[in-house]
Amino acid sequence: MTQVQDLYETTVGLEIHVELSTASKMFCGCRVSFGGDPNTRTCPVCLGMPGSLPVPNEKAIEFTMKIGLALGCKIAEHSLFHRKNYFYPDMPKNYQISQYDSPLCHEGAVEISGDWGTHKVGITRVHLEEDTGKSIHIGGGGRIADSDYSLEDFNRAGTPLVEIVSEPDIRSADEARAFVTDLRATIEALGVSDVRMEEGSMRVDANVSVRLKGAKEFGAKVEVKNMNSIRSVVRALEYEEERQRKALDAGEMLVQETRHFDEKTGVTSSMRTKEYAFDYRYFPEPDMVPFEPAETWVGSIRESLPERPAARRARFAEEYGLGAKDVEVLTSSFKAAQWFEAAAAAYPGDAKKVVNWIIADLFGLLNEAGLELWESKIAPSQLANLVTLIDSGKISGKQAKLVLGGMFETGNDPEKVVAEKGLEQVSDAGAIEAVVDEVIAENADAAGKVRSGNLGTIGFLVGQVMKKSKGKANPQMVNELLRRKLS
Amino acid sequence: MTDLHWMSALELADALDAKDVSSREITEALVARGDALEERLGTFLHRTSERALEEADAADARRSAGEAKSRFDGIPVAYKDLFVTKGVPTTSGSKILKGFVPPYDATVVARSDAAGLPMLGKTNMDEFAMGSSTENSGYQKTRNPWDTERVPGGSSGGSAAAVAAGMTPWAWGTDTGGSIRQPASLCSLVGVKPTYGYVSRYGMIAFASSLDQAGPLTRTVADAAALLEIAAGHDAMDSTSIRDERPALLDGIDGGIEGLRIGVVKEFVGGGSDGVRAVTDEAYARLEKLGATLVEVSLPSFQHGIPAYYLVAPAECSSNLARFDGVRYGARVEADDIIKMTSRTRSEGFGAEVKRRIMLGTYALSAGYYDAYYGKAQKVRTLITQDLAKAYEKVDLIATPSSPTTAFKIGERTDDPLAMYLSDIFTVPVNLAGNAGISVPAGLAPDDGLPVGLQLIAKSLDEPTMFKAAYAFEQDLGFATSPEGRASI
Ligand SMILES: [Zn+2]
Repeated sequence: MTQVQDLYETTVGLEIHVELSTASKMFCGCRVSFGGDPNTRTCPVCLGMPGSLPVPNEKAIEFTMKIGLALGCKIAEHSLFHRKNYFYPDMPKNYQISQYDSPLCHEGAVEISGDWGTHKVGITRVHLEEDTGKSIHIGGGGRIADSDYSLEDFNRAGTPLVEIVSEPDIRSADEARAFVTDLRATIEALGVSDVRMEEGSMRVDANVSVRLKGAKEFGAKVEVKNMNSIRSVVRALEYEEERQRKALDAGEMLVQETRHFDEKTGVTSSMRTKEYAFDYRYFPEPDMVPFEPAETWVGSIRESLPERPAARRARFAEEYGLGAKDVEVLTSSFKAAQWFEAAAAAYPGDAKKVVNWIIADLFGLLNEAGLELWESKIAPSQLANLVTLIDSGKISGKQAKLVLGGMFETGNDPEKVVAEKGLEQVSDAGAIEAVVDEVIAENADAAGKVRSGNLGTIGFLVGQVMKKSKGKANPQMVNELLRRKLS
Repeated sequence: MTDLHWMSALELADALDAKDVSSREITEALVARGDALEERLGTFLHRTSERALEEADAADARRSAGEAKSRFDGIPVAYKDLFVTKGVPTTSGSKILKGFVPPYDATVVARSDAAGLPMLGKTNMDEFAMGSSTENSGYQKTRNPWDTERVPGGSSGGSAAAVAAGMTPWAWGTDTGGSIRQPASLCSLVGVKPTYGYVSRYGMIAFASSLDQAGPLTRTVADAAALLEIAAGHDAMDSTSIRDERPALLDGIDGGIEGLRIGVVKEFVGGGSDGVRAVTDEAYARLEKLGATLVEVSLPSFQHGIPAYYLVAPAECSSNLARFDGVRYGARVEADDIIKMTSRTRSEGFGAEVKRRIMLGTYALSAGYYDAYYGKAQKVRTLITQDLAKAYEKVDLIATPSSPTTAFKIGERTDDPLAMYLSDIFTVPVNLAGNAGISVPAGLAPDDGLPVGLQLIAKSLDEPTMFKAAYAFEQDLGFATSPEGRASI
C-alpha cells in the first residue's frame, strides 16, 4: 500500500456552491427559505414568465464580496453577469444568470492545517449566480430520462448562489476535509449562509486526478458530484483516489468524466464522459448593466470581516492553552467556537475543564440526539455553572454526568437538576463519619487489611460508603476519613 | 365636429374636458369602427371591447366626480400583443404562446391604466417582433389601410394599421430595429423609438433585450409626446431603466427649430427608392426653410448596421426564446419524453423566421465563433455609437428617410429574407446606439402615391429637441395623415 502511494500524487480542486441567506431572491422580491409547499414562493420573475426582467439583489452582491474578501480575494473593479444557456426543466428561463469571465472576486487563498502541516490553497474565483428549481422524477429509475413524468418546484429557483472555485492545490481527502471545514466555518461566521450540506445550502463538487509523482501534466480530471456531507467528501475522495491509482497500476487509461457518489455504497460511478461536454454559449446578460463596486463599499466590508478560522485556531491554542485536537474540534464550526467561548467566559477556572466536558460528555449526548453544540438546550453559562459546582465539591464528577443528562433533556440550570434529582453531595463530616464507622464495622476484614498497610483495599471501602450514602457522600472526604481512622 | 374616430387624443381630451363627449361615446365609436374594419384589415389578435366600455364608464364616472386619473382619462388605447396584460391573452404573435394568459401587467400597460386609458385590445405583429411586414404573425396578415394589397410594415404592423384606420387614436408598439418607425412610415403615422431605457421593458416579451424599446404610434406628433409621457420614467423592475428625470415633451413642443443644426448623412444621400428620395429631399429643404441649418455628417459605420444587428438581435433572441419549451405555459405538443416534447413544441410553435433567427443566434454564440460573430458585432456597435457621438458634436439632430421604400405588396419579400432585412437599414443603427428616433409623415411618394416618413434621430435623452423638430415639420407640412377616401377603407 505504502509503496503504491509513493508512486503517485493526488490533485484535488473543489467547486463549492453556497446558497446565500438573503431575505429575498437574487433577481426578484420572493422570500428565500428552505422547504414550504411547492411553488408558493414564486413570481413572474423567478418563474421566467415572458416579459419578466431580473433586478440584482444588492445584498447578495455584498454577501458575495464578504465571502471573497474573507477568502483573501481581490474584488473586481468591473463585474457583470453572463447568461449560461442550456435546457433543463428546473431552469425556468432555460438559461442561468451566472458570471463568466468577470467574476466578482478572484485570486484568493486560505491556509489549512492538519497532520500534514500547514499550507495554502488558492481560490481561483468566487462568483454569484442564481439557483435552479428542484425536479422530482416520478416512476422509472428516478432520473428524468426514464421517469413517467417529472414535477417541478420553483421555490428554490432564483435563490442567490455563490460558487467558490479552488485551485488544484489540495493533495488528499484529509486536506479537502480541512479546506471544506474551514470554508464552512468562515462563511458561517460571516452570517451569509446556513452552509448546511445536508439541506443543500452548501454543495461540494470535486475534481480529482492522480498522476505519477513528478509528472508535468495533470492526470485525467474526474469530477465527482453528489456528496452530502463533509464525511461524504472524504469517503468519495478516498474511494476515487484509490480507484484511479489502481487503474493506473493496471495500466488503464483514465478518462475525463463526471462521476456520481453513492452515499450508501461509498462508490462513485460514471455519469457522463467528455464527449457530452456542453457549449453553454455564454454571453453578457443584456437585461442588466455591468457594475463597479465602489471602493468605499469594499473597504467597509473588509473592515467588518470577522476572525477567520486560521487566526481563531492560533488564538484558541494560545489563549486557552488547548491542544491541536481540541482546537480542531472547537473551531470546525463558527457557532461551536462561539458556544465554547461563551462557556469559557462564564467559567472562572481553567477553560480546559470546560473543553473536557464538552468533548468527552456533551458531544456524546449531542451525537445521540443528532444535534449540533449550539442547538442543545444547555446554555454555555449553564455548562460553566456545572463545572463550578464540581469544583466547589457540591457534586461529584460522577454525579455531574447525571446532572448534565438532566440539563440536556430539560435545559434547566444545574442547581435545579441537582435539587430535583436529590444529588446534593453530603459534605457534612459528622454524617459521613457515621456511615464510615458503620462500613468499617461491617467490613472488619477489609479494614484490617488497610490497617496492616494494604492501601489498595481502601477503594473497596470507599465504594461501600458511597453505596450506603447512595452516591451522595463527598468521595474525597470519605477517602480522607477512612485513611485517618485506619492508620 | 370631426368623426370621433379621426380625432387625435389631444382633441378628444379637450372634448372630454368640455363635456362635449363622453368616454363611452368615444369608446363606442372606436369599437364600431373596429367592428366595421377588423375583418378587412386584420389588425387585432384579441379585442377587449367589453372591458374597454366598462373602463370608459368608470372614466366617465371619475370625470364627473372631478377625479380624473389624468388629462387623458377615458381615451382608449391598443397594445401590441408583445406587452403582457393581466388576464388578457398575450401571444407575441406566436402560436407557441397560444392560450397564454399572463398573471401580470407590463409596466407600459400598468402606467397607461393608471392614466385611465381603456384597453381596446392586443394588436397583430410579426412573431416575437421578428419582421418588417407583420406577415410573420403566427395568426393572420394585417393589411395597410392606405392600400390593402400592401403590408403595413412591421413588426408593430397591427398597432400601425389600427391607428391609421382610425380604430384607435394611439397605440403602443415596440421597436428593436425599426419596428415602430418603419410601419409609421408605411402607414403615414408618427412613430417614436425613445432612448434605450426611457420606457420600462418590464412585461415586454423580449426579442433582443439590449435593443427593445416601447414607443407610441399616433397620427400627430403631440399625441406621441403625450402617450410617451404617460409611460416614461424610471422603473425599479427594469434594471436597464434610466434613472434620470424625463424632461417634459408636450410642454414646449411648439418651440420651433430656428437655429437647430440638422445632419444629413453623406453615406445615405441617394439612398432609398426614387419616390422616397424625392419626398425626403423636399423634407430636408422644409427643415431648412423652418430655420434649421443642414450639415453634412459622415457615419461610415452605419453601413455595417444591418449585419451587426443580424448577429446581436438573433444571439439575444436565441437565449430569450429558450424559455418557450412547453413546460410551464403556452402551447405544448405532448410526446414520450421531455426532449421530444420540447422539440415538437418548438418545431410546431415557432414560425420559419423565428427558427431562422434562433439558429443564426445560436451559431453566433457558439464556442469558437463567438469572437468572430457576436464579439465583432459588439465592436461595430461601439463604432456606430462613437460615429454618432462624433456627429452630435456638429449637429443637434440627424435626418434620414425612415424606410428605404414605401409599403410593399403582401408576399413580395416573404421569400427573400435579406430584402426584408434591408427595410430597417435607416432605423437599425439608432437601436444599436441606444439613441432616440422618430418617424414623422413627410407626404406621399410621387411615383406610387404611398406614404413616406422622415426620420429624425436625437442623442440619448434629447427627446425634447426631437419632438420640437418633428412638430414644427408636421405643422408646416399640414399633411392630412388619414387614408380617408382611399378605396381600401
Ligand atoms: Zn420571484
